[in-house]
Amino acid sequence: MTNSTLLDDLTQRFGAKRVLQQPAQLRPYVSDALTAFRSDPAAVVLAESQQEVIETVRLCHRYGVPFVARGSGTSLSGGSLPIQDGVVIALNRLNRILRLDPLARIAVVEPGVVNLEVSKAAAPHGLYYAPDPSSQLICTIGGNVAFNSGGAHCLKYGMTANHVLGIKAVLPDGEVVHLGSESLEGIGPDLAGFFVGSEGLFGVALEITLRLLPKPESYRTVLASYASLQRAGDAVGMVVESGLLPGAMEIMDNLAIQAAEAAVNAGYPNAAALLIVELEGEAIQVEAEFAHLLQVIEESNADEVRVAQDDADRARIWKGRKSAFSAVGRLSPDYIVQDGVVPRSHLGKALAKIEALSKQYDLRVANVFHAGDGNLHPLILYNGREQGALERAEALAGEILHMCIDLGGSITGEHGVGVEKRAYMSDMFTEIDLAVMNEIRRQIDPLELANRGKMLPSDQAPALTLHGPHPLEAAGIISRE
Amino acid sequence: MSETLALDTIAPTTIEAVQQAVLNAPRIAIRGGGSKTALHTAQGAATLLDLRQLSGLLEYEPGEYTFTALAGTPLSEVEAALAAHNQYLPFDPPFVQQGATLGGTVAAGLSGSGRYRFGGVRDFLIGVRFVDGQGRLVRGGGKVVKNAAGFDLPKLLVGSLGGLGVLVEVSFKVFPEPPHYRSLTAHYSELSAALAAMQRLAESRFDLYALDLAVEATTGAQPSYLLSARLGGLPNVLGQRIDQLRKVVGSGDLLAGDAEAATWQTTRDFSWLPAAVTLVKVALAPQKISALESALSPYGLPRRYAVGGNLAWLAWSGPLGPLDALLTQQGLAGLTVLGQAKQPLLGDRTGHAFIARIKQALDPAGRFCDL
Repeated sequence: MTNSTLLDDLTQRFGAKRVLQQPAQLRPYVSDALTAFRSDPAAVVLAESQQEVIETVRLCHRYGVPFVARGSGTSLSGGSLPIQDGVVIALNRLNRILRLDPLARIAVVEPGVVNLEVSKAAAPHGLYYAPDPSSQLICTIGGNVAFNSGGAHCLKYGMTANHVLGIKAVLPDGEVVHLGSESLEGIGPDLAGFFVGSEGLFGVALEITLRLLPKPESYRTVLASYASLQRAGDAVGMVVESGLLPGAMEIMDNLAIQAAEAAVNAGYPNAAALLIVELEGEAIQVEAEFAHLLQVIEESNADEVRVAQDDADRARIWKGRKSAFSAVGRLSPDYIVQDGVVPRSHLGKALAKIEALSKQYDLRVANVFHAGDGNLHPLILYNGREQGALERAEALAGEILHMCIDLGGSITGEHGVGVEKRAYMSDMFTEIDLAVMNEIRRQIDPLELANRGKMLPSDQAPALTLHGPHPLEAAGIISRE
Repeated sequence: MSETLALDTIAPTTIEAVQQAVLNAPRIAIRGGGSKTALHTAQGAATLLDLRQLSGLLEYEPGEYTFTALAGTPLSEVEAALAAHNQYLPFDPPFVQQGATLGGTVAAGLSGSGRYRFGGVRDFLIGVRFVDGQGRLVRGGGKVVKNAAGFDLPKLLVGSLGGLGVLVEVSFKVFPEPPHYRSLTAHYSELSAALAAMQRLAESRFDLYALDLAVEATTGAQPSYLLSARLGGLPNVLGQRIDQLRKVVGSGDLLAGDAEAATWQTTRDFSWLPAAVTLVKVALAPQKISALESALSPYGLPRRYAVGGNLAWLAWSGPLGPLDALLTQQGLAGLTVLGQAKQPLLGDRTGHAFIARIKQALDPAGRFCDL
């Protein structure tokens, strides 16, 4: 049980309206976008300032109560799942862009700022914030930082860590630290980079200095259809070998194409596989590269090649791609999505294996993935009402993760480990690797209060239960990718 | 350096030998190619670990844009292997000709002017294996270009100066190298005009590969400024792009071919440095250059602002105390790279408390240098 004195102290400090304790008030917080897990926090603190977050962390530390910082709760790995009887620190009200300096090309933001809002604020200056997770309409920078979020443009521009220059954070015992600076360059260990992706175990980021990039002058987007996933995968290899460096390379399989078509009418050809390749940069250079790209695609056995004629066309192509996940979700009452990574040259092998597993487990699997960086997103469809279906889907997902490790890849490219993939960490890392990570964590958080039960394997695992889609997902606001 | 020569030197050929050496030494200094003379000072160490024998490219799949190599592998060997497949290290590491190794580059956290386009060493290092202060072989990151599993130990080791562990193996992401480059240079007698031109270029939509400002200074004389911008890409449109770039700058001289390559080579191997100076790297932001220039002007030292003003290279002469104070006053952090330094870290640094905790986990006995 949570120390009732803590709840009293929090209530006294912030008022009952900002320390939620009633079951009905807590309901929206019991899970995140990984809806198969839920647990009940003792309280949710609606923090409104950095100082309030610091005070809450210090109070939790004083009473030894675990806490989870939470933005919009879009984690696909259960990263913002509450700790049973712990405290949730809701950061959505810390949504100020504190400074946007177009000359220095940086934005200093609070953790509750929504990803896309940064690009919106930067747009008048011809700048944007590059990382673009599919949930960017709603996910927050704090969550992006905690989970080193990715998106469709990671091969060329990297993930969140590559765009974070500095972080002011409160460590789990209440000490406030400043990591990194406003410079692209660093002196001494890259602490800001190390904080990113720590899944909340190092404390709470209060202020994040983000790097902004000039918006590309021009885009060229090509859509090519193929008779098989293997051929689409081979085409990616050919593009890579050609020396071009596209901003994005995405592949969708037939199930995903059909679903996207039904949902948003993107105008996709009905094929076994679709490849989207996008070049961006200076107009003259992009046009020259585009001629080169078309040649490569022509030689790649594509059945049909379409080129986006204008911005609206390009937007339609991307809308289909970005909505593919929620669209596939409509084909099935329930689904699990994984985001393992394989070396790009093994994509064909990995997809064949997934297809075989799909037959073996008698579960449909749709594939939409970031082909440029080998980041798979197999979407395993199942019916939760069917006895044992969830367990079967989990087992299939597990086999896919093991395959990723066996092929020399990773169990997660951008969703993070969270609660979901903790059990697989010991397959990817040695006992010593994990012991060292644990020791670092305990030096930073001796009481293991910050996001306890995430990332690092331990014996306390929350029960896996079925609860259907997240309310935001059902409303079509978030999607699992 | 006389200090390092006096040490007991061990040159392990295997990772196991590195582990053993760490366990046997109460205090240990690490060196790779020795190109960064200020960074393998002993700090009281009796043992010097020379990693040059722990060398070799282990895996390189050009189609993956990745490679893995032992930490003591010279950059020159890596660059040659990549160049055979028209690929390169986009963070443009310095001191390649001077024998710099992969591990030393990571530990020093050094990137060059070319990091302007795609990012620094922190952005391209994807995996590490290192020996911690308890002799344990630890892996962080992986061998694929995208990976979010576990703490990002590769980033932690960038710039760690050998204070957290001995890097033994590193994995990198690489990119295709642009087939051609051209550059534009412009001279300015006023700093404000040079900075304004640099700002215009930084804001422009040109995908610049480098954007540097060299200060041509002599004691007693008014300094002048040389701005250099580099474009890379397909040869058939490069001329047209350079013409457009010139319009943004206002004027400028075109550099192409061997002369262009030679200019950037000078930047990369620091042959612009006078003899017997101390080279200091400073992390800064472009808006801080003016104040720094005012503070530095009495010293008349050669200096360059690289990466669009995010990085300064200062050729300092004399004791480092005044520079340490100057940087602290400017709210800047610096690292002594060449020359003699008891403590290579200078100026105003952040995150001490955080480093201390990590150091306690990775090197509780204090075998490695202080950070």
